[in-house]
Amino acid sequence: MNDRLLDFAIRYGFLILLFGLIVYFSLAAPGFFGPLSAAFVLQSVAITGILALGVTCTLVVGGFDLSIGAVATSALMLSAYSMVILEHPTIVAVFLCLAMGALVGLINGLLIVKFRVPDLLATLGMMFLLIGLQRIPTQGNSIATGMTLTDGTVAEGTFSAAFLWLGRHRFDVVIERLLPMPVVIFIGIAVLIWLFLGFTRHGRLMYAIGSNERAAALVGTPVNRYKIAAYMISGVTASIGGILLAARLGRGDIASGNNLLLDSVAAALIGFAVLGAARPNAFGTAIGALFVGILLQGMTMMNAPYYTQDFVKGAVLVAALVFTFYLSSRRSGAGH
Amino acid sequence: MSVDALKVNDLQKSFGKNYVLRGIDVTLEPGSVAVLMGANGAGKSTLVKVMCGHHRADGGSMSLAGQPFDPADAADAIRQGVVTVHQSIDDGVIPDLDVANNLMLDRLVERSHGLFVRERHLRAEAAKVAAEMGIDVNLRARVSDLSVADRQMIAIARAMARAPKVLILDEPTSSLSATEADRLFALIDRLRDQGVAILYISHRMSDIRRIADRIIVMRDGAISGTFDTEPLDYEAAVTAMLGHRMTEVDVTVQSGSAPVLELADLRLTQGAAPINLQARDGEVVALVGLLGSGKSRLADILYGMARPASGTVRINGSDYAPNSVEDAVAQGVFMSPKDRGTNAVIPAFDIADNMTLPFLKGLSVGSFLKASRQKTRAQEMVSQLGIVCQSVGDGIGTLSGGNQQKVMIARWLLEPAKVLLLDEPFQGVDIGARRDIGRHIRATAKGRATLVFLAEIDEALEIADRIVVMNEGAIVGEHKNQNVDLGALVADISGAQSTDTGTHP
Repeated sequence: MNDRLLDFAIRYGFLILLFGLIVYFSLAAPGFFGPLSAAFVLQSVAITGILALGVTCTLVVGGFDLSIGAVATSALMLSAYSMVILEHPTIVAVFLCLAMGALVGLINGLLIVKFRVPDLLATLGMMFLLIGLQRIPTQGNSIATGMTLTDGTVAEGTFSAAFLWLGRHRFDVVIERLLPMPVVIFIGIAVLIWLFLGFTRHGRLMYAIGSNERAAALVGTPVNRYKIAAYMISGVTASIGGILLAARLGRGDIASGNNLLLDSVAAALIGFAVLGAARPNAFGTAIGALFVGILLQGMTMMNAPYYTQDFVKGAVLVAALVFTFYLSSRRSGAGH
Repeated sequence: MSVDALKVNDLQKSFGKNYVLRGIDVTLEPGSVAVLMGANGAGKSTLVKVMCGHHRADGGSMSLAGQPFDPADAADAIRQGVVTVHQSIDDGVIPDLDVANNLMLDRLVERSHGLFVRERHLRAEAAKVAAEMGIDVNLRARVSDLSVADRQMIAIARAMARAPKVLILDEPTSSLSATEADRLFALIDRLRDQGVAILYISHRMSDIRRIADRIIVMRDGAISGTFDTEPLDYEAAVTAMLGHRMTEVDVTVQSGSAPVLELADLRLTQGAAPINLQARDGEVVALVGLLGSGKSRLADILYGMARPASGTVRINGSDYAPNSVEDAVAQGVFMSPKDRGTNAVIPAFDIADNMTLPFLKGLSVGSFLKASRQKTRAQEMVSQLGIVCQSVGDGIGTLSGGNQQKVMIARWLLEPAKVLLLDEPFQGVDIGARRDIGRHIRATAKGRATLVFLAEIDEALEIADRIVVMNEGAIVGEHKNQNVDLGALVADISGAQSTDTGTHP
């Protein structure tokens, strides 16, 4: 009986907690329950969520990607540079950013697989490198139309309407202009990664690599290729996050995106606890991102000061990790 | 040498219902090297763990230099003078410190040492220890940069710095080359002359011939033979170790039809003797040999994980030289590796996912897995092999060792193989599961060549049509599994000079 209770708690505990939070905030904070507020929560977690889905793929193969935040801000700066200074059309700017993300992922993967650099260190180094690199072309300045370049000319280019549409367009759902484009993209990527990891043989083999790399290799799995692929997926999703951020801000702001890495890693790790998976999974990651978003939105509406936000995120993360690792180990201990 | 260094009296130890040591009597004398032999699971390591204080005995007694010896833990055993160098060397050294610090580490731990390290003093002391032990390496070198042999020497030197009465070496040469091993033996000779009682655990006959003053053989948790009259009877020792009680399994020997796998003048390593071997369709060939005989190397080569020094492999007449495991599997060569825990089991997966892992491609449409097909295929194998489980959706960790192994074997029976390699398929498997696996392998043998890599003769007699013996990277004997001359077989395995070495027609 006790075992079954524990099992139930591990499986549904986090979802019940999420539901409880929604009910509580709906009662305690007027205006929390409604389509506008829901769209706001989704909007606030969309970009972190997209990054978190990428890092989930690297967690699945037993790795980790610390460079996602830097990839996103690099994509932000690159898209601004491409359109404002080089005056490229939207499609070129987007393509450049995606290619940059894929390339960074490839380099990360090669560093880890071929040069045997431990994943945390390789991606930490890459993070550092990108943070520095994105500042070089503009000498550390943000990019905006009308800025003066080093050669004295003035940047004439602008963010195109099509590009801004990616970040700012809102679809009419229930209410006019409710659902922002980034949320739609977030949901789309979440579904894709969920299908890929959970239901394709590639996903299954990636989980096998994460669980016992040697055994996976000994059944003929091309382990290195899958690992590199995981980092490339992570790089591409991070660059998508950066594009959406640029499109929302409408300028190449050097200082934005500081919190992206920590927030998205937290979402992916909180995801371990969802449905008692005790392993990285796309559904959990999406729920993890939403959980944090709802909690912060509710607290804001109840007038909690903004500076408590990081503390709350940290507390949720630690609780989720205890949930995952402590309770699950007790379950497997009791199992036989 | 009147007092025995360590005397073990009627020692017993069980884990649950599993009786591992059933009344062991062993005496170790000062200035003498006793070699302890025994197959996997004979109870050697448990005996060592009791001696070095890792486990408490359930019954019996030990005495050290005439005094009762009952160590509370490993540290206590060391304090009293029983020091063990364990098999994995890196347990005995700190790789990131230099040689001098490693040699002096035990002094640094002592409370009397004081707070500050006196660098010059430490290096002088270390140099002294190194000289005593005949270790000739740069004391400032980082241990991680040294060869395995040097690291092993340092681990032993650290043990010796405690001036032990009894030194236990657990398979110290398992990762050493021949010349490196020679240096180790020279060191052991010196320690023997200093009057240390040494217990040396090994499978390697060449080691044993080199240093044994006495051989103690364990089998099934009991001492099955002690040999101490010169000259030592090595063959009798191997017989005592492997045993050959009559097997209850009747093998109807198949000689097979067309040859499937052919090895022509294959040299496993540079300078090894060439191997010529054929394995035919429907035939089960057991390759037996002690540790270091070259079995694992041959398996690695056939499975695309290593390259031979020279020679060719052909499958069904065409050349076969896989450059990766993926390549080998694609060409129809499958291998179930030994040590399933590290090499085969995916702990996070259920039975069906574990079993179907290599063949997911055939079980998916596009890239999407057909979970129902996976389940049915797994279910079929579960009933064929008699795997005991609630459902194929159970976690692999819920199964017993024998049933886990059945899943790992079933993995490679899902699709037809040209050549099936089974490396120690009976490792950590109870007798019932062992019979089930053996029967099923034989029943499905048609259509492929099957090679089984084994250390135990009993197991080979149960499963094989033909038993091929390897020693030092070469084939030294071949026996049809019909009225096998066990004496000759054991002689081949232990590497005794037999008149008919080389390959048999």
